[in-house]
Amino acid sequence: MGVDIRVEELSKSFGKQLIWGDVTLTIPAGEVSVMLGPSGTGKSVFLKTLIGLLKPDKGSVIIEGTDIASCSEKDLYEIRKLFGVLFQDGAMFGSMNLFDNVAFPLREHTKKGESEIRNIVMEKMDLVGLIGAEDKLPGEISGGMRKRAGLARALVLDPEILLIDEPDSGLDPVRTSFINQLFIDLNAQIDATFLIVTHDINSTRTVPDNIGLLYHKHLAMFGPREMLLSSEEPVVRQFLNAQTVGPIGMSEEKDADELAAEKDIEMPPLPPIPLQLEPSNGIPRRSQRPAGEWCRTNGITPPPGSFESSNAGLTPGS
Amino acid sequence: MASLTTSRALAPIGTAGKLFAFGLDVGRGLFRRPFQLREFLQQAWFIASVTIVPTALVAIPFGAVIALQVGGLIKQFGAQSFTGSAAVLAVVREAGPIATSLLIAGAGGSAIAADLGARKIREELDAMMVLGIDPIQRLVVPRVLACMLVAVFLNGLVSVVGVIGGYVFNVVLQDGTPGAYLASFTALAQLPDLWQGMAKALVFGLIAAIVACYKGMNAGGGPKGVGDAVNESVVITFMLLFVVNFVMSAIYMQLVPPKTG
Ligand SMILES: Nc1ncnc2c1ncn2[C@@H]1O[C@H](COP(=O)(O)OP(=O)(O)O)[C@@H](O)[C@H]1O
Ligand SMILES: [Mg+2]
Repeated sequence: MGVDIRVEELSKSFGKQLIWGDVTLTIPAGEVSVMLGPSGTGKSVFLKTLIGLLKPDKGSVIIEGTDIASCSEKDLYEIRKLFGVLFQDGAMFGSMNLFDNVAFPLREHTKKGESEIRNIVMEKMDLVGLIGAEDKLPGEISGGMRKRAGLARALVLDPEILLIDEPDSGLDPVRTSFINQLFIDLNAQIDATFLIVTHDINSTRTVPDNIGLLYHKHLAMFGPREMLLSSEEPVVRQFLNAQTVGPIGMSEEKDADELAAEKDIEMPPLPPIPLQLEPSNGIPRRSQRPAGEWCRTNGITPPPGSFESSNAGLTPGS
Repeated sequence: MASLTTSRALAPIGTAGKLFAFGLDVGRGLFRRPFQLREFLQQAWFIASVTIVPTALVAIPFGAVIALQVGGLIKQFGAQSFTGSAAVLAVVREAGPIATSLLIAGAGGSAIAADLGARKIREELDAMMVLGIDPIQRLVVPRVLACMLVAVFLNGLVSVVGVIGGYVFNVVLQDGTPGAYLASFTALAQLPDLWQGMAKALVFGLIAAIVACYKGMNAGGGPKGVGDAVNESVVITFMLLFVVNFVMSAIYMQLVPPKTG
C-alpha cells in the first residue's frame, strides 16, 4: 500500500557548491508526486539522496522509522528493498539481455525457480510493452525501450516506493503520453508511492496528485496539484505555465535590472487547470481526488475554463 | 586564498587516502561470499587476451637489448662466459616485472577503467547498489584477482620469451656459443630471483587493478569523464609501479645475498 517519505531539512553540496538546502516535505504514501525543476537543479541528486546513494550534509530522510541519511550500511541495503528505481537512461546492465536484466533482482533476492521467474519477468515485460524484445541487449534498443525495460526491472520486486528519473527525457510526445498513462495505471494497480522527477511541464500539469518545484537551490513549493496550478507565487506560476515573464531567466537567475524592469509588468493570467490523467480502465485510483476538490475546500477560485478538458493550459505542439 | 592553495596542494594526499580506503574495501570484499567465479574467469580471459600478444612482442626486443648491452659490457670485462647468466638475471629480475607492469597498466588497466567508467556514467553501478549488490564484491574483486593472476602469467611469459630472445641474439649475432650461454645460466641466477619476479608481478597486478577500478568507478561528467579516468589510471599506475619496483628490488637485494660465481 505504499509508504511515505519524510524529508526534513535536507541539504546537499558538492565541495563548496550548494546543490539545494533545507528541503522539507513529506511525499504521501500511495500517491503520485512530481518533482519539477530546471535542468541542473539537482533533481537526480535529490533522488539519489532519497535512496542513500549520496549522503546529505544535513537533515534526514525517514522511511518506516529509519533515517536513510544516518543508518548503517546493513539497514540501508534492507530498506532499499522497498524501492524500485528507474534511472534516467534505464541503467540496464550492458552485458545482459533484457530478460536477464529484469530477472536479475529476482535471482539475487528470491529463491524462486526459473519457471516462476520466467512468469514474473514476462508479466512485467508485458506490462511495459516489451514482449518479443527479451533477447535484445540494451545497446541494441532505443532509449525509450531502455526506459521501459528499466521500469520492468524496477517493478519486479513489487516495490512500495517507485522513484523515476526524467521518464520523458529523450522521448517523443506520443511516447511520453504512453509512459505517463502507464504510471497512472501502475499506481492504480500496485498502490505504491510514486516520485517522478522531470522538467516536462505538460506531464507535471496532468499526471500527479502532488507537485514540488525545486528552484534556485531550494524547494519553492510542494503540495497538491491544484494548489500549485492555481498559485499566484511568481516562480511557481512562471515555471508551471512555461512563461518568459517572471523571476526565472535564460540563465539560472535574471539580474536585478531585468527583474526591476519586469516588476510592474502584469504576469499573464493563469491558464485553466487541466483534468488529471485517469487510469485507462476508468476505475479511479485510491489516491485520486475529484477535480476541483482542493480548490473548493480551500476557497480558491480556479482560473476560468479549469477542469473542462485534459489538455487545458498545455503548451501547444508538445 | 591561502586555504585554497593548501587544499590544492593537499589534494593528492586526499586522493591517495581515498585510493587506500578503496583498497581496504576491496580487501574486505575478497572474503565476502559468494565468490564471483564466472566474472573472475571472464575477466582473466579478457585481460589475458588484450595483453598476451603485445607482451610477447615487447619481450623479444627487451631480451635482445639486454643481451646486446650486457653482452657488450661483459666482453669488455672479459667475462663472456657469464653472458647467459647476466641476461637471465636482468630479464627475470627487472625486465620481466617492468614489461609486465607496462602492459598490465597500459592494456589491462585501461580496459578495466574504461569498462567501469562506462558503467558508472550509465548509472549501472548505482542501479546495482539500489538492487542491493555491492559493486566492489561483484565487479572489483574478480577484476583485481584476475589482473594479479594474469600479471604473474605474463611475467613468466616475458621471462621465457626474453631469455629465448637473448639466446638467439647472443648466439646468432654476437657469435656466442650456445653451450656457454646455457651453461652460465645457473652461475649467477638463483631460484629466489624467480620468486621475486613473481611477487613483483602479483603486487603490480594488484596495484594496476585497484587504481583502474577506483578511477573507473569515480569517473564523472559524461563520456569525457571516462576518457579522463582511463588516462589518469594509466599515468598513476605507471608512476606507482616504477616506485614500487624500485622499493621491492631494494628489499630483495637486502634479503637475498647475491650468488657468487
Ligand atoms: N557526484 C557529483 N559530484 C559533483 N557534482 C555533482 C555530482 N553529481 C551531480 N553534481 C552536480 O550537481 C548539480 C545537479 O545535478 P543533477 O542532479 O544531475 O541535475 P538535474 O538532474 O536536476 O538535471 C550539477 O551541477 C552537477 O554538476
Ligand atoms: Mg538528472
